[in-house]
Amino acid sequence: MEIEAAKQIGAGIAAIALGGAGVGIGTIFGNYLAGALRNPSAAQGQFTNLLIGFALTEFTGLLGFVVAMIILFG
Amino acid sequence: MTFLLESETADAHGSGGGLDPMHQFLISPAFEGFEFPTVFGIDLTITNAAYYMIITTLVIILGLILMTGRGAMVPTRSQSIAELMYGFVADMIRGIMGEEGMKFFPYIFALFTFILVANLLGLLPGAYTFTSQIIVTFALAMISFTLVLITGFAKNGLGFLQLFAPKGLPFMMYFLIIPIEVISFISRPFSLAIRLFANMMAGHVLLKLFGGFVIMLSGLGLVGIVGAIMPLAVATAVTALELMVAFLQAYVFAVLTCIYLNDALHPSH
Repeated sequence: MEIEAAKQIGAGIAAIALGGAGVGIGTIFGNYLAGALRNPSAAQGQFTNLLIGFALTEFTGLLGFVVAMIILFG
Repeated sequence: MTFLLESETADAHGSGGGLDPMHQFLISPAFEGFEFPTVFGIDLTITNAAYYMIITTLVIILGLILMTGRGAMVPTRSQSIAELMYGFVADMIRGIMGEEGMKFFPYIFALFTFILVANLLGLLPGAYTFTSQIIVTFALAMISFTLVLITGFAKNGLGFLQLFAPKGLPFMMYFLIIPIEVISFISRPFSLAIRLFANMMAGHVLLKLFGGFVIMLSGLGLVGIVGAIMPLAVATAVTALELMVAFLQAYVFAVLTCIYLNDALHPSH
């Protein structure tokens, strides 16, 4: 298999990791919304934690994207 | 990773056949044809990244000076914006670190506004987003991390190392917990750097990709121009998303720095 084809396939496989990021982000925001609908007054206080949680989750997914970029262009 | 330097242009046109979203990240001299000197072995050319860093700093300094120049007790519209920014960062610091965290306010404010304005300016057409360079975000993350280390050891001496050994665990657990905590601590600057870099690079690659689709489809005649509405709509939505991501990533970088500084100030959790 030529190196170019192998690179493309490797990058494609590495991008699968972003699915996990999608699940994680959906879970975080879904739980926040469920909690906010139950207790609206407490929702604003947790907004900071929501954004931190979102960023940390998205970061692990983006590591897969970074690996894909390294494979394709590194 | 040398794939983003000017000397590697062959790589930039490697895969993609016509659509090349990676070419925009090349570092190149900002002013063509003007030779900058090499002093003590350091090449002083103003690259496009350095040029935009200078522009960012000037925008922040001039913006803040113009906004708060009057210093009126009843703030004007622009002074309210500056006070809003101040209040936002001050609330964040006080909420996470308490009042003694306010001595870090200048650094956190500078960090937040620098990354924010850098990300926002990068969204203008033809601008260069220097926060999409890993070395830039790594430098910012290492400054934060070094500040955390210095604060931790200056304030607590060797007691700072209690951070790695939470209290109240069975004795045998410490052999497992301490290496895990150390590794997680060492990974903090890397995670800060990669988070900002990957978000910015992913966003701009996406924008370039959909922009390229619009051009490619429009080249196919009348049917193509009608069909090009779709990638144009997606590109608009992605730009809106990127605006939000610009704010969010600056905020997250600052908040995580505050949290790590709080760990340095109060290491026994």
